Amino acid sequence: MAETVFARPESLADVSTHYCPGCTHGAIHRLVAEVLDELGVRERTVGIAPVGCSVLAYNYFNVDFQEAAHGRAPAVATGVKRARPDLVVFSYQGDGDLASIGMAEIIHCANRGEKITVVFVNNAIYGMTGGQMAPTTMPGQVATTCQLGRDVDSAGHPIRIAEMMATLRTPAFVARATVHNPLVSVHAKEMLRRAFTYQVEGTCFSLVEVLSTCPTNWGIPPVEAMGWLEKNMLPYYPVGVFKTPEGGSREPKPLVD
Amino acid sequence: MTKKLMKGSEAIGEAAVQAGCKLFFGYPITPQNEIPEYMSMRLPQIGGTFVQAESEVAASNMIYGAAGTGERVMTSSSSPGISLMSEAISYLAGSELPVVIVNIVRAGPGLGGILPSQGDYFQATKASGHGDFRVLVLAPWSIQEAADLVRDAFDLADYYRNPVMILGDGLIGQMMEPVEFYEGRTPIKELEPKIWATTGCDGSRPTNVVNSLFLDPEELELHNIHLKGKYDRMVADEIRVAIYGTDEDYDVLIVAYGTVARVCSTAMEELREEGIKVALIRPISLFPFPYKAIREAAMKAGSVLVVELSTGQMIEDVQLALARSRPVHFHNRLGGMLVSPDEVVAKVKAMLGGQSEEVHHG
Repeated sequence: MAETVFARPESLADVSTHYCPGCTHGAIHRLVAEVLDELGVRERTVGIAPVGCSVLAYNYFNVDFQEAAHGRAPAVATGVKRARPDLVVFSYQGDGDLASIGMAEIIHCANRGEKITVVFVNNAIYGMTGGQMAPTTMPGQVATTCQLGRDVDSAGHPIRIAEMMATLRTPAFVARATVHNPLVSVHAKEMLRRAFTYQVEGTCFSLVEVLSTCPTNWGIPPVEAMGWLEKNMLPYYPVGVFKTPEGGSREPKPLVD
Repeated sequence: MTKKLMKGSEAIGEAAVQAGCKLFFGYPITPQNEIPEYMSMRLPQIGGTFVQAESEVAASNMIYGAAGTGERVMTSSSSPGISLMSEAISYLAGSELPVVIVNIVRAGPGLGGILPSQGDYFQATKASGHGDFRVLVLAPWSIQEAADLVRDAFDLADYYRNPVMILGDGLIGQMMEPVEFYEGRTPIKELEPKIWATTGCDGSRPTNVVNSLFLDPEELELHNIHLKGKYDRMVADEIRVAIYGTDEDYDVLIVAYGTVARVCSTAMEELREEGIKVALIRPISLFPFPYKAIREAAMKAGSVLVVELSTGQMIEDVQLALARSRPVHFHNRLGGMLVSPDEVVAKVKAMLGGQSEEVHHG
C-alpha cells in the first residue's frame, strides 16, 4: 500500500485559485488550512473574507465564511464570535484592508481582546485594484499612485502593524512571519498554530502578520520577487513574536534625565 | 400582563429582548443613548451580549457578523450614525441578513441638531445605502406601538431575511407612556430554520457563505431579481396604515406619520368640534408605502394636507399616489421645531378658505 505523504488539507477546498503566479496567498491559505486541520477545529470554524486579492477566500477554504465590507472584517468577526463564542473565528485581510481603511476596526477589536485570530497578509501594495500605494508600501517603492516611488515626506513611512498592535495593553499574541522560502514558511506555520491555539484555548486575541509577494504589481518575476521581499521588506518588517499574553502589560516608563 | 410606565427608548429595548434579541452592538449618539444604555444593563441578565463599538461603522458590521450566525440582533442610532451605517445596511440587504435597526431621527443636514425631525424619510425608504435594495421601514406614533413594531420587526426581518428599520424621533425615544408586553406571543410569520447561517460546517451540508459579491453579471442580475421579488412580496403583504375619522364624510384628508400624526389627530378632533370635516390617514409602514389606501381615502376628500417635519419628503409619495387627482397642500416645521395642533387647525381652515396654495412636484 502506498502511503500518503502529502495531501490537500481538509480545510482547503478542492479548487484552483485565481491568484497570480508567484503570489504567496496560496501558500498562506494552505498553512492556515493545515493548522485548522491539525487543531481539529475545521467543523466549528467561520472565516471572514476581506476586500482585496483574497476577497474570494470563501471559495478556497472548506469552512463556513462571511464576506465583509472593505476593512470591516474584525467588526464582522466580533459579531460572529460574540454571538457564538464556541466557534473558531478568523479574519484574513490584506494591507489595504487592515492597515488603511480598516485601521479603526482592527485596533479596537484587538483592544477589546476579542478572542479571534487575524491573518494579516502584507505585500506592500494594493493588488486587486491594480498596484496602488498601500500604508505598507516601502519608501521609494514604485506603485501606480506613487510612480516616482513612495515619498515619505508626503505619504509617511510604512506602518509596522505588528509592532503597533503590540503596544496595546490588552493581552494578545502578535507575531510577524514570512513565506518567501520553505524554511521560513515552517516558522510562519508555527506562528499561525500558536495564534489559533490561543483562540481555541479562549486565551486572547491573536494576529499574525505574514509578509507576502506581489510579482504582478511589483513588476518583478516570481523568483526575483522572493528575493525582493527578503532584501527590501524583511529588514523593515522583522519576523518574530512581538507580544504574548504571558508577556504582561507594558506599563508606561517614567522619563529619566 | 399589566401596563408599565416606560420611556420609549427603554420600551424599544425591552421589546427587543422579549422578541428574542440576544445581541446589541451600538455607539453613543443623542437622542437615542437610552437604548444602548438599557441593553447594556438588560442583555447580560438574559445571557445576551452588549458591545459598545468604536463607531457606527463597526457596530453595523458587528450586527452583520452576529446575524450571519442566525442569532437575533439589533442596533440603534440617530441620523448621522445611520449615515455611517448605510454601507453595512447595503451589505446586510445584499447578503440577506435579518437585523433590526432603530433610527431615532434628529434634525439635519450634517451635525444638524438633536431635536425631532422627519428629514431621513428619503434615506430610510429610498436610499439606505448604495445599490438597488429596500429596507422595510416601520414608523410608530406611540410607545406601545414602538414596542409592538419592534417585536414584529424581528419576525419580519427573519421572514424576509432583510434589514427592518424602526423610524422614530426624539419624542418616541424620550416620552414616557404605559406599555404592555405580550408574553408568549407567537411570531407573526411562519419562520423557517436558518439553514443558511454560518455556524461551522461538519460536512453534512456544503459550506455556508454569507456574501453579497457576485462578479458574474448574469448571477448578479439573478440575485437582483430575487431581491426584487422579496420587495414585491413586502409591497403585497406588509403594508400597514391607520385611518381615523373616515366614519363620517370629510372635506380634507390629512396625511402624516409618526409623532406628527399624533399632533394631527389632536387637530382633527378640534376641527371636528368646530364642525369642520377632516379625516387622518397615517402610514405605519413607510416602505412599503400605502399608496392605494391613501388614494382611496383621498378620493372621498376635496383636498389633501400633508404634514411633515421635513422640507417635503413623504409628500412626494402622496403625490405619486394621487397623480394630481386631488390638490395637495403642505405644512411643515424644520430644524427640530415641532408642528402644533393649532398650526394644523389654521392650515386646514386656510385650505377651506382658499388661502392656501397647493404644492406641485414634477
